[in-house]
Amino acid sequence: MLASLEGAVTAAILALTAMGLSIVFGVMRVVNVAHGEFYMVGAVLAWVVASMVGANPVVGFVAALVIAPLVVGLIAMTADKLILQRLAYDPDRTIVATIGLLYIIQQTTLMTFGPDARPVQPPFNTRLSLPWFEWGENGFEMFWPWGLSITSYKLFVIIAACAILTALWLLMTRSKAGLIMRATQQDSETAQAFGIPVGQVYSYVFGLGAGLAAVGAVLVVPIQQAHYLMGHDPLLLSFIVVIIGGLGSLPGTVIAAFLIGMSDGIISVFFSPTLAKIIATLAVALVLVFRPQGLLGRVER
Amino acid sequence: MTKTTKQSFTRRGLLKTLGAGAGVAAASNFVPDLARFAHAQGSGPIKIGFQMHATGIGASYGRWYDRTTQAAVARINDMGGIGGREVEIVTEDDGTDPKRGAEVVEKFATQHNCDLAFGTLFSHVVYGSAPRAGELKLPYFVVSEGHHVASGKLNRYTLQPGITDVKSQVQAMAPFVSENLGKKITMIYPDFAFGHDHRDYFTAAIEAQGGEVVASIPIPPTETSFTKYFPNIPRETEVLYHVMVGPGVLTFVKELGEFFGPNGPKLFGFLDSLEAVSLASPGLEFLEGSYFWEGNPRHAQADQSEYDKMYRAAVGVDDMGASVDDPKDVSTYSHMFGCWETLNVIKAGMEASGYSGPNDRAALIEAVEAMTDMPHSDDHPQGAKVFNGKTHQTFGHQFISQVTDGKLVVKHTTSIEDGMYADEVDYTTQSF
Repeated sequence: MLASLEGAVTAAILALTAMGLSIVFGVMRVVNVAHGEFYMVGAVLAWVVASMVGANPVVGFVAALVIAPLVVGLIAMTADKLILQRLAYDPDRTIVATIGLLYIIQQTTLMTFGPDARPVQPPFNTRLSLPWFEWGENGFEMFWPWGLSITSYKLFVIIAACAILTALWLLMTRSKAGLIMRATQQDSETAQAFGIPVGQVYSYVFGLGAGLAAVGAVLVVPIQQAHYLMGHDPLLLSFIVVIIGGLGSLPGTVIAAFLIGMSDGIISVFFSPTLAKIIATLAVALVLVFRPQGLLGRVER
Repeated sequence: MTKTTKQSFTRRGLLKTLGAGAGVAAASNFVPDLARFAHAQGSGPIKIGFQMHATGIGASYGRWYDRTTQAAVARINDMGGIGGREVEIVTEDDGTDPKRGAEVVEKFATQHNCDLAFGTLFSHVVYGSAPRAGELKLPYFVVSEGHHVASGKLNRYTLQPGITDVKSQVQAMAPFVSENLGKKITMIYPDFAFGHDHRDYFTAAIEAQGGEVVASIPIPPTETSFTKYFPNIPRETEVLYHVMVGPGVLTFVKELGEFFGPNGPKLFGFLDSLEAVSLASPGLEFLEGSYFWEGNPRHAQADQSEYDKMYRAAVGVDDMGASVDDPKDVSTYSHMFGCWETLNVIKAGMEASGYSGPNDRAALIEAVEAMTDMPHSDDHPQGAKVFNGKTHQTFGHQFISQVTDGKLVVKHTTSIEDGMYADEVDYTTQSF
């Protein structure tokens, strides 16, 4: 029970972060190695905003949830204009460029924000214990063991992530912006011929991808504190998720995030967290061998 | 636009740049030669290489080690330097990485021509760097807490005169834990040399007290989420012994509180789990009443010594253990005093041996090895210490504090003898 709840929280955050990576790859064919750092900047900004707003944790959190993804999105769009556009989105060179971006962002954060982990107060946080039933000396008993609990905030994270993912799905399938993105994804040259400003679309998509990572980070920061090295794990897991789900496939990403998050939670609790990481990596290897396009990916033409 | 830039990047241009670079390198090689000449005259500054954890998982500690070091050196220079010579700190970042650590030591010895190297905290970096320091015959003063120095695994050039080691700390703690908290203990510790010291020596020490470690749970020091490790804590646990390092420490403690709720075992932590973290952080209320080891009490105590008052002011730390400029910037108070005290030991050693330059390095080490009692003073604000020249390790007082109204209040101070153990090595028998 605890295992699946912990897993669901991991899965929710992972789905948001990996979705950003997946959209960027799907539309732009750019492997964004700096994705984890956008996540980290989102978390750090959440702390900055929340501590500037001050006393009331609810106001601070909501402000962070709005401002941090926007700022991160803007940073990403600037990076796209300054760097990626000048490389003509060449796949090899963008990888190297985003690795560079990773270090620039990480070290800038270290120099300005400092090395300490910073907490953000959750807007609400009640510890909900779950009872456990056991056939004891006095017959059937109910007791409240340690460990078997979740906080209301963690439940909120799961719900919020589902809501955002639904909104994203609606955006991609039902709106004009989504149509333009999908058109660019399918064939950018034809899209350009039909008057779609592909360069602009790329910038917005890169910003959107980074913004999604930042949303995930703002949601997670009341659970795990913001610090300048936190981008590494989500980057790795996002790549695992995106590869398993199929590069560029949004439903595949969600399914894979759920699988990895849940298996991480359950295996970690019952066996060991190291084993969970081993299994996730093994899954990537198996998917690459037997289904290189990913679970729901389409074969490249 | 792109084309012109491409053309301007020619082979000739590259060669020119390389040539210029080589010239600069040659010039900078020449400058230290001048400095060495000046050293021989006994008039140049004494150069101390400071191996700093400026980046990587040790960065919170590195920043405060730096502030303490700068403050200690400013004080030494105000008092006329060492033997009339100014002290200069040469800082290099080791990225909290053992491989980089060894390179940094090499840089100190060959490039900067430092008189000695100093200041490393993380034990895996010490393990990585000490052999190179020994090969280069560069005195290496670590401020690390690890048992590596006294265990005999390192060499004659590596010393730890300013901070006690884990074996001594846990041995002094064990009686208090078993008498006041409980005998069935689960340990959570970081999975590298420093954590293994805790595991090995605390397990032995608590068994000597009639207690038992029912489970030990290692956690990788780079981990960011911890709840998944906690279900391995057995239900029979009476005391949870926790020590954690790295940037995730606040998450660790917070998740610990959420995991246990009101029904948990008693908590005994090493303050490492909360270094650079404010006790007033949201989610830490559950720590009220729990116990911590402290190397040096973070919150100014009612019976604060004159020496601690002076030291706090010199480093720029307020009574709550935070920076005087920013109350949210909490120090690593339980460890950083080691930098201050180590530098004063270096000063005393150099002055006793009549140190004049790198040729006197062996004499410096012999002078430090000859030291024994270090009284509580401005030079040793944490407390009195006894140095063991054979094992290159110092021994001192430890503090056990209880969280009371959000403040760490010292409940018990161990004696120096509580932390002493039989020698495991005699470095003085090794040749230089």
